[in-house]
Amino acid sequence: MKNNEQPADRKDSPPQSTGQSRSEFSLNRRTFLATASSALGIAAAQMVFPATSATATSVPNDPSRTPGKTSSAYGTRAVFVETQRQFFSTRSLTPLQHLSGIITPSALHFERHHNGVPVIHPLQHRLLVHGLVSQPMIFTVEELKRFPAQSRIAFIECSGNSGKEWKEPNGTTVQETHGLTSTSEWTGVALTTLFQEIGLKPEAQWILAEGSDAAALTRSLPLASILPHALLCYAQNGEPLRPEQGYPLRLLIPGWEGNTCIKWLRRLKLMTHPAMTREETSKYTDLMPDGTARQFTFEMETKSVITSPSGGQQLENPGFIEIRGLAWSGRGRITQVDVSTDGGESWQTAELQEPVLPMCHTRFRFSWKWNGGETILQSRCQDETGDVQPTLTDLIAVRGFNSFYHNNAIQSWKVTKEGQVNNVQI
Amino acid sequence: MFKSSGTPLIRVGVVSVAILFTMTLPSVAADSEFFATFGLGRPATPTDIHPWDIDISPNGKGLPSGQGTVKEGGMIYTNSCAPCHGPTGIEGPMPTLIGGIGTLNTDQPLKTVGSYWPFATTLFDYIYRAMPFNAPQSLAPQQVYAVVAWILFRNGIIEESTILNAQTLPTITMPNHKGFVGDARPDFSKVRP
Repeated sequence: MKNNEQPADRKDSPPQSTGQSRSEFSLNRRTFLATASSALGIAAAQMVFPATSATATSVPNDPSRTPGKTSSAYGTRAVFVETQRQFFSTRSLTPLQHLSGIITPSALHFERHHNGVPVIHPLQHRLLVHGLVSQPMIFTVEELKRFPAQSRIAFIECSGNSGKEWKEPNGTTVQETHGLTSTSEWTGVALTTLFQEIGLKPEAQWILAEGSDAAALTRSLPLASILPHALLCYAQNGEPLRPEQGYPLRLLIPGWEGNTCIKWLRRLKLMTHPAMTREETSKYTDLMPDGTARQFTFEMETKSVITSPSGGQQLENPGFIEIRGLAWSGRGRITQVDVSTDGGESWQTAELQEPVLPMCHTRFRFSWKWNGGETILQSRCQDETGDVQPTLTDLIAVRGFNSFYHNNAIQSWKVTKEGQVNNVQI
Repeated sequence: MFKSSGTPLIRVGVVSVAILFTMTLPSVAADSEFFATFGLGRPATPTDIHPWDIDISPNGKGLPSGQGTVKEGGMIYTNSCAPCHGPTGIEGPMPTLIGGIGTLNTDQPLKTVGSYWPFATTLFDYIYRAMPFNAPQSLAPQQVYAVVAWILFRNGIIEESTILNAQTLPTITMPNHKGFVGDARPDFSKVRP
């Protein structure tokens, strides 16, 4: 972690709640944020402040006595909300610790790209479908939008998420340890619908999907596995896709590693065998201790993490804390989440918050009373196929230290007597 | 939604599922079951397909004409690749291309073209589509053959005199060509501890 780091520790001054005049006064943002987060009993030791923002905003003392702003063409979030992605040249991380519910705001969906985010004019973009098809076809984005549409809410997780946590605790915050996963409502045309239009030859077994970014990112995907669920998406959370998410067209394969959901999709080629592209040989393959590498490990497995309290946060006082987190599985619905507040000695069942959808982030909650002592918080989930999230020890015992991808281990957050929350491995 | 000038949708009863061979079909939107075609899109011509059809299969299918030598490749490498991968393909800062053979089952595996990549065709495909990083798809096929030859020679995989082209490249056996296995997951007990 080298750039874009937010200040690690901001000491917030107490809010000034008395002695104000009725005229407008300047509300210090740090003061506001400290007040807001104190409602959770958790101070934000790592609040996000864009470098370009003003340090103070003009706020009426009594908003009921001052006419507000008129309407606007495209809304913006409250000026006090400055939650951000942490970004690097080829990726950015979703601030899971600051989000509620299961939907990731489109502007905060994580990014991963292999040579930048392209600028694509929607009227110039084309999808070519060729290879082992009855009739090679070209579609405009507008034509794809005319097909019967489907929507589903699904997570996308980079298979490298938590990849730096294999050998030792690496990230400070949950954004840094788990920020390469996000959930959106995706809308598009089902791949099956498109193939009704085109017709497949019986020998077609694999489909090569290619982006029109500067990496021309390409993956080979087994046709029979993706057909039941794959969507060609043009919309995310009701709007056209964000550029970082593949505008104007991306593939979604719910539950599969993010790189298979090819963005800026321009080509689908039906083939008898995989093309063995760079991304499915030298990258996105999982090196085992015996020197072999697992290939085409598409599904993201059962995984959960406590997002609050989580690394970098500060518990202010002993007492009630609602432990909140996310659980997900690329194989189906989450059926149970257990929380341990004693480093895995005992486990108790957390409440799953509706909606609980297959291949989707699921919000869990657990009421806890912190006694002010040192302890370790963990979550562990199970999905409808019976898969249980493993401990890191279990994972390493089978896969060693060098597979990098697909780390779905239980995350441990240590709470110190002072209330500081730290990333640890036990 | 449907423009009046568009091709009329043809009502022909339930669509054939023969195109989807033996797999279980998910339910498609009810309306679509009555249409064999939506009349959308247009047939792609060879002129449409050719510029984008750049993928190369392990059997060499898709390789363009042209050829390259190790010597030519060394010069192209120095100009186009060395700034990121280092003067000899080892120094970086971007991924190491040379060496590491025999390290994959050690505590410090070094994954390079020589030690890890299972197919030489992949190297052609990747360089042709995505390299150099600051000018992707700028190298002509003969330049790509030459750079591939240089990288393979430096890894001890081909002789310095080898000429790479659409016939010779797919015949190269990479050191780790048998190193990949399928997805062995789930690889844990399903019982909660």
